[in-house]
Amino acid sequence: MKNVSRIIPCCAADTSGVCSALYELGGMTVVHDASGCNSTYATHDEPRWYDMHSMIFISALTELDAILGDDEKLIADVTAAAHDLRPRFIAVCGSPMPMMTGTDFDAAAAEIERRTGIRTLAMHTNGTHSYIPGASEAFCAIAKEYVRPAAETVPGGVNILGATPLDLGLTGTAESLRAWLRESGFRVVSCFAMGDKLDSLMQAASAQVNLVISQTGLAAAQYLYDAFGIPYVCGLPVGAQFSAVIAKALRSAAKTGTCSFPCAQGNSAAHGAVTVIGESIISGSVAAEAAMQTGKPVRVICPLPFDAACMNGVTESPASEEEIARDLAGNPPETVIADPLYRYILPQGTRHMELPHFAFSGRCFDRRIPDLCGKQFASFIKEI
Amino acid sequence: MSTVQERPRSIRIADADGTAFFPSGLEYNTPVRGMWNIVHTGMLVPGAHQIFACAQGCLRGVILTAAEMNALDRLSWISVSEQDMYDGSLEYDIIGGCAEILHKLPEQPKIVLLFLSCIHLFAGVDFDMILRTLHEQFPQVKFVDCYMTPTMRQTVPPAFQMAAQLYAALEARPNNPKAVSIIGNDRPTDEQSELVRLIRENGFVLHDLTLCKTYDAYQRMAESALSITYTPIGRYAGEALEQRLGIPQLYLPNSFDYAQIRENYRQLCNLLGMACPDFKAEMQAADAALDAAQREIGSTAVAIDFTAVTRPFELALLLCEHGFSVKYVIADAAGEERAALDRLRTLCPDLEILSAVNVNMLHLHDEPHEPVLAVGQKAAYYFATDHFVNIVVNGGYYGFAGIQALAKLMTEAFREPKDSRTVLRHKGLGCASCLL
Repeated sequence: MKNVSRIIPCCAADTSGVCSALYELGGMTVVHDASGCNSTYATHDEPRWYDMHSMIFISALTELDAILGDDEKLIADVTAAAHDLRPRFIAVCGSPMPMMTGTDFDAAAAEIERRTGIRTLAMHTNGTHSYIPGASEAFCAIAKEYVRPAAETVPGGVNILGATPLDLGLTGTAESLRAWLRESGFRVVSCFAMGDKLDSLMQAASAQVNLVISQTGLAAAQYLYDAFGIPYVCGLPVGAQFSAVIAKALRSAAKTGTCSFPCAQGNSAAHGAVTVIGESIISGSVAAEAAMQTGKPVRVICPLPFDAACMNGVTESPASEEEIARDLAGNPPETVIADPLYRYILPQGTRHMELPHFAFSGRCFDRRIPDLCGKQFASFIKEI
Repeated sequence: MSTVQERPRSIRIADADGTAFFPSGLEYNTPVRGMWNIVHTGMLVPGAHQIFACAQGCLRGVILTAAEMNALDRLSWISVSEQDMYDGSLEYDIIGGCAEILHKLPEQPKIVLLFLSCIHLFAGVDFDMILRTLHEQFPQVKFVDCYMTPTMRQTVPPAFQMAAQLYAALEARPNNPKAVSIIGNDRPTDEQSELVRLIRENGFVLHDLTLCKTYDAYQRMAESALSITYTPIGRYAGEALEQRLGIPQLYLPNSFDYAQIRENYRQLCNLLGMACPDFKAEMQAADAALDAAQREIGSTAVAIDFTAVTRPFELALLLCEHGFSVKYVIADAAGEERAALDRLRTLCPDLEILSAVNVNMLHLHDEPHEPVLAVGQKAAYYFATDHFVNIVVNGGYYGFAGIQALAKLMTEAFREPKDSRTVLRHKGLGCASCLL
């Protein structure tokens, strides 16, 4: 069954995606939930929780609130907390129980905004989806709400879209990416959303091009393209050869206004010697670098939502434990690059190159998450 | 907007009215992870396999709990989608999912703890039918209904329900008048405690789930003539077991009040037909240990939180009476401790009660603090101190020996700092962890 797993974990949920995307922006994010969403997020999905405080709370929904449909309690509690903490904005999102009771988050957000005078965003999560749609909606909402036309364009200006610890971890990738952009002659206007405050994100329209480094940034990129004509390039600069491809694509996009998907170029539709399992754009980037280095066909399995353009036209990918295990067993690749917890379902004899993904294995291997844009990771790919 | 907080994070104990101190509201979650959750607890049953059926957001926490304790092979899951909620397939998804998981396991477990979630109960899922059908398909496996239902925490908290279900697979067997069990605890009771020594030294067999290594040892708990409980959670579990198997329960609360402790032992000895010592030496030893600790710790502020001990106000009172400078108790309610609370109101009217979850606690960790000796992980985090007693749920300590041990732990914590960042992130204190 597609919804069954004997042993491997599921990925972070949509509520965690919202919280992660908005974490550093000075807002207050409230998950309408009894308990579990916040402890799960704070423990397993948010490595910044101890060192960087953020106004992420739960509503502490009770049985009585659910049965009586008491939205007033949520609204009053958010209003009180906003009074005490004065966030820059408020976001409210839902979990499974509000899905059951049909909570109208748009109406609740409107009422909270009326009472507090603070812009309040409704996020349409329900805890049954992955972090991808949650973070996507949050990034897109921030772009729509706060990015305004720029008086001037920053020459070589780039926005980074889709940066969360769920995909990057906290081991230096975000910092290395910024450094790489600078060294490549670009200027980072904003990063959605690690290392920048809301004020930086508000300047995003002054960029010449957007670099989409994970699927979570694609919806915001499409919005910024539609609203401001800023083209986007999908891919994470991993390894020397693929990084050069990304740099060239960014310059070309800035010049021509054309969007491109370099992350797709490494994904062979056919079964090959190497398979990468993970988020589509990052895994595609790893696959592209691996294909260029080895000359071997590399395939991406993406168990998460993805855009076909980022996967070289592939529209479906194995997603469940059973599907992935069957797929790998059917045509065992020589090497699989995947999170360590995929070890349980790899065919015997397949070489497992471990690439921890925080959104999958959480804290279990957090210290082993590589700096994807660093030199060490380039060496890792050379070992294929 | 006014600068006065609408939902203050603390109150003076003198102003505390009733036993629930703060209005409910949004809640903050500290980054301390020592308290056990239902996955940790379920792992106590030897050979049990846990299956969780719930939405992805809820699943993630339980799966990674198992992963961190190196026990992923003992937990499987069935996710619930929006579609499942509306197409009438809930029960069959669970039955089919469980069957698939059981067929894939290398060997059949003796017990399956099957957890449903809030949305299942809200949807009126027929749990009895699910269990009945699974039993028909897998007659050699015991299926125990378990609940991950935090929405219902004000009716039956999940931790209470879980503690009760731990013993749901026990099968009735002939009573052994020389066997007793300790029920509902998540760690072994200190062997040096008067409680355990009284039981063992009088020739009784002591059963305790936390000591069971095999399924047979687990089943032998059912021979007990008496279930002893000493936490509110344990009491709930003991009552459920008494109703189901008729094993009488004796609730001996883990107290810091000497009269209560003596009364506990008097009741135990009466029921088991044992001579009851006067415990004068033990009381004197506890007093001496507290006095020695106080001499060393002096006027350093002490903060106690409700995760460390089940009766933080009783502990605060005991420490105050021995000259400690207890300034803070972190607790949202006083539960069974009304008498201690009332006494503290008079003795230490300025003692500050802080909410454990109030949103205005968010920045307390970063605020300047006087040096604080913390008893408990939340207190350690909130007061940003490396000097803390690292226990949860009494740490297995009990009675006068427990007080002595706690005084020693406080002294050690005062002398030697801990790496709080590393210690506090360990999920389920006492469990294995891949993070260490």
